[in-house]
Amino acid sequence: MENVLGLVALACGLIVGLGAVGASIGIALMGGKFLEASARQPELMNDLQTKMFILAGLIDAAFLIGVAIALLFAFANPFQLVA
Amino acid sequence: MATEAHAPTASEYIVHHLQHMQNVKQKSIVDFSVYNLDSIIVAAVLGVVGCFVMWLAARKATAGVPGRFQAAVEMMFEMVDNQAKTVIHNATSRKLIGPLALTVFVWIFLMNAMDLLPVDLLPVLWAQYYGAVGLDPHDAYLRVVPTADLSTTLGLSSSVLLMCLFYNIKIKGLGGWAHELVSAPFGTSKNPLWFLLLAVVNLAMQIIEFVAKTVSHGMRLFGNMFAGELVFMLIALLGGYAALSATGVLLFAGHIVAGTVWALFHILIITLQAFIFMMLTLIYTGQAHDKH
Repeated sequence: MENVLGLVALACGLIVGLGAVGASIGIALMGGKFLEASARQPELMNDLQTKMFILAGLIDAAFLIGVAIALLFAFANPFQLVA
Repeated sequence: MATEAHAPTASEYIVHHLQHMQNVKQKSIVDFSVYNLDSIIVAAVLGVVGCFVMWLAARKATAGVPGRFQAAVEMMFEMVDNQAKTVIHNATSRKLIGPLALTVFVWIFLMNAMDLLPVDLLPVLWAQYYGAVGLDPHDAYLRVVPTADLSTTLGLSSSVLLMCLFYNIKIKGLGGWAHELVSAPFGTSKNPLWFLLLAVVNLAMQIIEFVAKTVSHGMRLFGNMFAGELVFMLIALLGGYAALSATGVLLFAGHIVAGTVWALFHILIITLQAFIFMMLTLIYTGQAHDKH
């Protein structure tokens, strides 16, 4: 049982960590492109901003779903051996 | 919590807070005989509140200089209306989908906003009531955020799926839609063998597309709200530990700082998620209008 719990703890770390890496890269790419685009065409800034927020929510979502699952495993672990 | 005979451990506390108020005990992951009564009641009450507030704004609306309340509702209305106009180009469909999008936005925003109440406020009151009528307060389960319940969010996204199917049939006709199901996205062919092969692949693709859309639509809202709720519980635990340990002052300061920061950040998240859910509702129903 200890072994199982240890592996689940590792898995939680991996879920949150790798998810954070992906979401950060995604947000960074999009934010950079948004700044570039609005520096070139400032009149499009408002249009692009709403679209950027939508996409930020979409990028964040996969990560946050991962965090929710990881936290669930951390506190209400369904993979415990039932004695 | 500190006054009880035995204080629950961190894990027990979280598990207790993650238990829904249900009519029967859930036996498997998918169990259709279970009703999460707390989600249903809170969602229904908030739906009524949302409708009442919007009705109040509509009833008191003047053509003259609007008050603050009317101006706020008008801004929100215009925002939804503009988004609907950019995504759905069919004016008759917009008469139904526009109000639907506004309802979805207001309702989901209100349901998400239940996250901003202190996590223990309503559950503790509910446990007090349970104790007052002579039942064991430990059995008083209550989760106040309906959107942190997968049943609610998947129910909402399934309703959007039904809307999509309805508009697919209404706009393209049953035959037109059936033709699209077997010919998009890879096209079709005159050769019967190729036609059959492409039809199978296309139909599989379409089914995958509808399922993926619906599941991700619901899971996105659920994931965000569930994670938010859990983080609020962890912050509440920080305050709980502060009462037990000698260095409690530091923990308590951390509790206040973390709670404030997360609550402020969460105001952004709940609005953004309600907006995204509304936008995706519009986009998916708009896609049902596109002819390939």
